[in-house]
Amino acid sequence: MTTVSTPPPVAHHHGPPTRFIQKYIFSTDHKVIGKQYLGLALVAVTTGMVLSWYMRFHLAFPDAKAPGLGLITPEQYLQLMTMHGTIMVFFVLTTAPFAGFGNFFLPIHVGAEDMPFPHFNMMSFWVTLTAFLVLVTSFVVPEGPALAGWTAYAPLSAVGSGSGPGEGLGQTLWAISIAIFCIGQLLGGLNFICTVLDMRTKGLSLARLPYVTWAWFITSVIGLIAFSVLLPACILLILDRVAGTSFFIPAGLVVNDRLLNHAGGSPLLWQHLFWFFGHPEVYIAILPGFGIISTIMPAFARKPLLGPRVLIGCMAAIGFLSYTVWGHHMFLSGMNPTSAMGFSIPTLIITIPATIATLLWIGTLYGSRYRFTTAGLFCLGFISVFVTGGLSGFFLAQPSIDTYLHATYFVVAHFHFVMAVAAIFGIFAGTYFWFPKMFGRMMNETLGKWHFALTFTGVYGVFMPMHYLGLAGNVRRYSSFPAEYMGQALPLHRWITVAALFTGAVQLIFLYNLIRSRFAGEPAPDNPWEATSLEWSTSSPPPFDNFGGRHLVVSHGPDEYAVKGPRGDYIMQADPP
Amino acid sequence: MTPKLGAPPSAARTGVWVGMGAIAMSFAAYTSAMMVRREGAPDWHHFQLPSILYVNTVILLASSVALEVGRRRVGDDYEVRRAAHRYLSLAFGLGVAFLIGQVLAWRDLAAQGLFLATNPSSAFFYVFTAAHGLHLIGGLVGLAYVLRRVRLAVGPGTYGALGAVALYWHFMDALWLYLLGVLALWL
Repeated sequence: MTTVSTPPPVAHHHGPPTRFIQKYIFSTDHKVIGKQYLGLALVAVTTGMVLSWYMRFHLAFPDAKAPGLGLITPEQYLQLMTMHGTIMVFFVLTTAPFAGFGNFFLPIHVGAEDMPFPHFNMMSFWVTLTAFLVLVTSFVVPEGPALAGWTAYAPLSAVGSGSGPGEGLGQTLWAISIAIFCIGQLLGGLNFICTVLDMRTKGLSLARLPYVTWAWFITSVIGLIAFSVLLPACILLILDRVAGTSFFIPAGLVVNDRLLNHAGGSPLLWQHLFWFFGHPEVYIAILPGFGIISTIMPAFARKPLLGPRVLIGCMAAIGFLSYTVWGHHMFLSGMNPTSAMGFSIPTLIITIPATIATLLWIGTLYGSRYRFTTAGLFCLGFISVFVTGGLSGFFLAQPSIDTYLHATYFVVAHFHFVMAVAAIFGIFAGTYFWFPKMFGRMMNETLGKWHFALTFTGVYGVFMPMHYLGLAGNVRRYSSFPAEYMGQALPLHRWITVAALFTGAVQLIFLYNLIRSRFAGEPAPDNPWEATSLEWSTSSPPPFDNFGGRHLVVSHGPDEYAVKGPRGDYIMQADPP
Repeated sequence: MTPKLGAPPSAARTGVWVGMGAIAMSFAAYTSAMMVRREGAPDWHHFQLPSILYVNTVILLASSVALEVGRRRVGDDYEVRRAAHRYLSLAFGLGVAFLIGQVLAWRDLAAQGLFLATNPSSAFFYVFTAAHGLHLIGGLVGLAYVLRRVRLAVGPGTYGALGAVALYWHFMDALWLYLLGVLALWL
C-alpha cells in the first residue's frame, strides 16, 4: 500500500515526448540522460582499457611490434598513458557512478518526477559528450593526442608544438576538452543539488535520504567547487598555448635549443590549481561508490547500516578535508618541508573518516545472513580493494617516504586500487543491483558471479605486484627500461600484462550478460531485492513521470530491515507509518 | 502517460545561489592565480586603469536599481505590468551599455599597446573583464527571458524567475565591484 498526497504547487507541466529525437536523443528525461551517461562511460571505459593494453604490451615486450601500432615510440607511449588517464578519470569514473546512476536514481530517490532544470540537465550530457568527442578527435590530428599526462603539467603542456610530438594541436584539444567537461559537470551538479534541496517529496527529511543520495549530493558540492577551479586553470592554459600569454611558462625556457619568448610564468601555479581540483576529483570518483555499497549492503545483509549518521558525517568530512590535502601530490616540487607537513597531516586525518566508514560496512556485515548476489559480492570486493589501496595511502602521505616512492609503480598501485578499481566495483555493484529497475529485466546471476570472481582475481593480479615494482624503484611513465636498470623486473611486468589482458577479456562476460539480459533477461518484478528506497515502489522500468501520477509520502528511513513489515522483514520508505 | 510536473518556484532561486557559489569559486581561483603569478615577478608592469571603468560601474549599479524597482512593481494588473516592464527593459539596456563600455575600456588599453600577451598584468585584466562579461551576458539572457514572461502574463513562476534573475544580476554587481577593487589595487 502506498500513501498518496496531493501534488505540490508547481510552475508548469511537461508532457511526455512522442518524437523519437526528443524521446531518446535530445531528451530532458533524467532517466534517459542517466542511460546516455552510462552508455558514454561504457564506450569510454572500453577505449581506455584498450589504450592500457597497448601500454602493458609495450612494457612487457619492448622490442615487439604492437598490433595496429607497430613499434611503440616513447612519445606514443606517453600519449597512450595520457589518454588512458584522462578518459578513465573524467569520462568513466566521474560520469558513470555520479552522472550516470545519479541522474537516473536521484530524482526517484527523492520522490520527484525530474530534476528542476531538465534542459540544463540535457545540456550537461551533450556538453560532456562534446568534450569526449573533442578529446578523441586528437587521435587523428597531426602529431597525435596530448602526451603531458592526465595532470598536464606545465610548462610541457603549455609551450606548444615546438617541444615535440603531441604538444601541438593534440594538447590544445586536451585543454579545450577538459574545459568543456567542467561546464557539463557544473550544469549537472547544479541540478543534483537543487533536486535534493527543493524537490523532496512529503515526509522525506534529509535524514531519510538513501545513503547513495547523500553521496551524490556531497559529490555534487565537491564537484561544484573542484570544477569551478579547473575551468579557469584550463582557460589560462589554453591562453598560454594559443594567445602567447605566460601564466605557466617561466622565463628563459629553452626547448629543443630554442629560447621561448615567454617570461615570468609559474609552472607550480598550474600544479596548485590542478591539484586543488585533482585531489577532490578522486573523492568525486569514490564517494558515489561509498554511497552505492552503503545502500546495497543493508539490502543483502537484511539489517540496517551501522551508524547511518556517522557514515553521512564521514562522507561530508572526507569532502571537506579533500580541499586541504592537494599539496601531497607536490611534495617533490621544491615545497618547503613545513608546508609538506601541513599537507601531510590532513592527509593522514582523512584516513580516519575513511576507516570509520569501512568499519561501519564491516560492522553491518557482522552477524548478518548475507545474500551473496553478484551486486552483494561486488560490495564486498569494493571493501577489499578500497582497504588494500587505502593502506598504501598511509605510506604515501608521509613526505619522507613519498620522496622515495613518488612517481613509482607503488603510486600506480595505490591509486588504481583505492580510486579506480574501487570505483569500478561500485559501478558494477550498482549495475547488477539497478539493472532490473532500469531495463525491467534481470541480469544473469551465474554469469555475474563468474564475472565477479575472475575480475576480483584479475585486478589483484594486475595491481598487487606493482607495489613490489615501486618498492624496487621502478619509476612510472617510462616506456621501457635498459637491462641494467629494472631488467630483473621484466618478468613481473610480463605477468602484469598477462593479468591485465585476462582481466580485460573477463569483461566480455559482463558485456555479454549486459546485452543478453537487456533483450532476453527474465522479466524483473518491481522489487526483486526486497529493498526499501523509493525506486522499488514503482514499476520496472519506471514510467515517464517515475510514479505514474502518484505522489509518494515517505514515513520511513532508507534501510528499515530486520523488522516486521507488511511483506516480510523490511518496511519500504513509502509504506504507511 | 501522465505529464511531469515542473519544478517548484523556489528551485530557480536555489539554482542561482548554487551557481553563484560556483562562480565565486572560479573568480577566487583567478584571483589566487593572479596573486601567485604577481609574487616577485620581475615582468609585472603596473598600468593605469581606463577611467571609463568607473563610468561603467555607475551604469551597472544603475541597472541593478532599475531591475529592483521593476521587480517590486510587477503585478497582475496590465498597467502595473507595463510600468514594471519599462524598468526591466531599462535594466537590460543599461546592462548592454555596461558591456559596450567594457569593450571601450579594452580599446583604450589596446591603444596604449597593452594586449592580452603584452604583460601578465594586462593578461589578467583581459581575463577578469572577459570572464565577468561572459557571466553578465548569461544574466542578460535570463533578463530577456523574464522580460518576455512579464509581457505575456504574471504567474507564480514569473515571480520566482524574476527573483532569481535579480539575485544573479545583483551578484554580478558585487562581483564587478570586487574585481574593480582587485584590478585597482594590484594592476
